[in-house]
Amino acid sequence: MSDTIAVPSKLPATSGRYRISDHLTSFGPLIALAALLLIGGLINESFLSSANISNVLTRSALIGIIAIGTTFVITAGGLDLSVGAMSALVAGLMIMFMNAVAPTLGAGSLTVLAGILFALLLGTMAGLVNGLLITRWRIEAFIVTLGTMGIFRSLLTYLSNGGAISLESGLRSTARPIYYGTLFGIAYPIIALAILAIIGEFVLWRTRFGRHCAAIGSNAAVARYSAINVSRVRIATYILQGLCVAVATLIYVPRLGAATPSTGVLWELEAIAAVIIGGTVLSGGYGRIWGTIVGVLILGLIQNILNLTSWFSPHLNGSIQGAIIILAVLMQKGRAAR
Amino acid sequence: MLSSLRSLLGIGAMALATVAASSSIALAEKAKIGISIPAATHGWTGGLNYHTKRTVDALRKAYPDLEFVITTADSATKQVNDIEDLVAVQKINALVVLPFESDPLTEPVKEAKKQGVFVTTVDRGLSEEGIEDLYVGGNNPEYGRIAAEYFKTKLKGKGKVVVMRGIPTAIDNIRIDAFKKALDGTGVQVLDMQYANWNPDKGFEVMQDYLQRFPQIDGVWAGDDDAALGAIEAINQAGRDKGMIVLGGSGMNKVIKRIMDGDKLIDADIFYPPTLIIPAIGATAMKFATGAPVSGRWVLGSPLITKENAEQYYFPESPY
Repeated sequence: MSDTIAVPSKLPATSGRYRISDHLTSFGPLIALAALLLIGGLINESFLSSANISNVLTRSALIGIIAIGTTFVITAGGLDLSVGAMSALVAGLMIMFMNAVAPTLGAGSLTVLAGILFALLLGTMAGLVNGLLITRWRIEAFIVTLGTMGIFRSLLTYLSNGGAISLESGLRSTARPIYYGTLFGIAYPIIALAILAIIGEFVLWRTRFGRHCAAIGSNAAVARYSAINVSRVRIATYILQGLCVAVATLIYVPRLGAATPSTGVLWELEAIAAVIIGGTVLSGGYGRIWGTIVGVLILGLIQNILNLTSWFSPHLNGSIQGAIIILAVLMQKGRAAR
Repeated sequence: MLSSLRSLLGIGAMALATVAASSSIALAEKAKIGISIPAATHGWTGGLNYHTKRTVDALRKAYPDLEFVITTADSATKQVNDIEDLVAVQKINALVVLPFESDPLTEPVKEAKKQGVFVTTVDRGLSEEGIEDLYVGGNNPEYGRIAAEYFKTKLKGKGKVVVMRGIPTAIDNIRIDAFKKALDGTGVQVLDMQYANWNPDKGFEVMQDYLQRFPQIDGVWAGDDDAALGAIEAINQAGRDKGMIVLGGSGMNKVIKRIMDGDKLIDADIFYPPTLIIPAIGATAMKFATGAPVSGRWVLGSPLITKENAEQYYFPESPY
C-alpha cells in the first residue's frame, strides 16, 4: 500500500530511533479497548456474558454507523456537528411518514420499507444541504453545521410539540426486529455495523474517492492542483454522513418506537470523540475506520462499566468518561507533529 | 405668586394621584401577565408548554382586559434574560415563573418584585424566602414517599428494587431523599441508583445494564414515565417481565392509558403532571380580573394514580 500522502506512524517519527510511543499511537486504541475489557471482566462477572456484550455492541452500533460517515468527513478536513439533530429530525419525519402511509399500504413490511427509503432520502438531502453550504457558499463547516444542528432540532421540537412522535403500534411490531432481531444469535444492528465498517474501510483506503478525501484533508490546495474536484468530493463526504445518519436512525427508531426532542442529543460529540480516539486526525488527512469502531466500543464500554459498578458516585460518570477520552488521545501524542 | 402656583400644582398632582389610586382599588383591572417557563426539551416540559398555551388561550377569551406574554427558555441564563425583558420592555404587572433552577433565578425575580410586579412561582421555589407572592407547586417529598409506599405495599415489605434518578437537580434530590427515608428499616432493599435523566433512551440503557448486573430484581422506580417507557422495553427484551413491577411518575398520558387498560407491568402512577401550571396562571389572572386574594402557598397533592381514578388524569391530546 504505497500511500504517500498520509503516513501512518508505524514508521519512527525522528532520526530512525525506535520508540515504543510510535507503536502506541498506532495501536493505542486497541490497548485501551483490551484494558477496558479486562477491567470490566474483573469488576463484574456478568460483564463478559454474551448478553451484556451483545447489548453494548447493539447500543454502540448506532453511534458506530454515524461515526463511519464522520470518519470520512473529518479525513477530508471537514466537520459535521449536526448529526445528532439530523438523526432526531429524520426519526421524527420517518415516523410521521410511516404513520401517514400506513392506512394505504397497511401496517406491514411494505410501509416499513417505504419508511426506510424515505429516511435514506432525508439523510441524503440533509447531507447535501450541509455540503452545498460549505462548498458552494464557502462557509466554515463548523458554523454551517452548528446552524443546521439548531435548525433540525428545533424543527423536530416544533413538529413534536415538545412531546414524542410515536409509531403506531401495528407498525411498531413490524419494525421491531430491525433493532431486536438476530441472525445466528447476532443482533441485526451489529451485523449492519460490521458490514458498513468493512465497506467503509475498503472505500477509504482502496478506492480513489477515499484517497481523494485524505488528500483534500491533508492539503486542499495541492489536491486541487492535482486535478481533484475538491468541492465534489467534499459534498460527497457530507452526503455520505447524511446516509450513515439515516441508516443509524432507521435502526434506532424501532428500539423505542418514538422520537423526542432529546433524541440524538450529544450524538455528534460522541461520534467525533470515537473517531478521534480511534486515531483519525482531527485536522484531516489521515483516517481509519477500524480505529473509529474501536473508539465507539471504548465509549460504549465505559458507559457500561460505569453502570455496572457503584464504586463511583453516578455524579462523576461524566468526569470519568472525559478523563478516559483524554487518556486515549494522549496515547496518540507521539504522532508526527502536523 | 410662585408659591401659590406651586401649591396649585401640588394639589393638582394629589388629585391625579387620588384618581389613579382609586381606579386601582376597582375590582377589574387591565393587566399584563408575563409567563416564563422552560422550553419544550423533553416530555414533561412539552406538556407544560401545551397546557400553558391552552390556559392562556382560554383566559384571553374570558377576560379581554388581560394581556399575556409567554416566553420559553432552554437554559437558566436565557430565562434570566427573558424575565429582565418582560419587566423592562414588556412592563408586566405580574410574573408567573417556573424557574429552571432556583439559585440563578432568585436575583432577577427579586428585581421584578422590587419593580412592583406580582410574582407567582410554580413548581420550584427560589433560594430566598419571601420573594414570591404566590407559590403553586407539587409536593416533591410526597412524590418520593408515595413511590416508596407503593413498593412497600406491592412487595409486601420485602424485595429488591433498583432506582433511576432524574436530571441532577434539587427536585430530584428531594424526591430521592424522601424515597430512601420512607424505605428505611423495611425489608425493601435498594440495589442501586443510576441517572437516567428522565429520558427514555437513557432509561433503556440503564435498565439493560441493571438486568445484567442483578439476577434478581423485583421492582424498578424509573423516577418519571419517560424513563419508565424505556425501562419497559429493556425488560421485555430481556424477557424478565414476569414478576417485575415498574413505577414511573408525573402522569404521562401514554402511561395513564396503559393503567386504564390494565397493563401488567405498570399499574400505577404518581400525580405530578405539567398541568400544575394551570392553577398558577389561573389564580394570577383572577387577582387582576376579579380582585381575588391569591397570595400564599398552594401545594397540590401528589396522589397515587391507579386504574380506579386514572380517567380524571387522562389528557390524550397533550404531548405528555
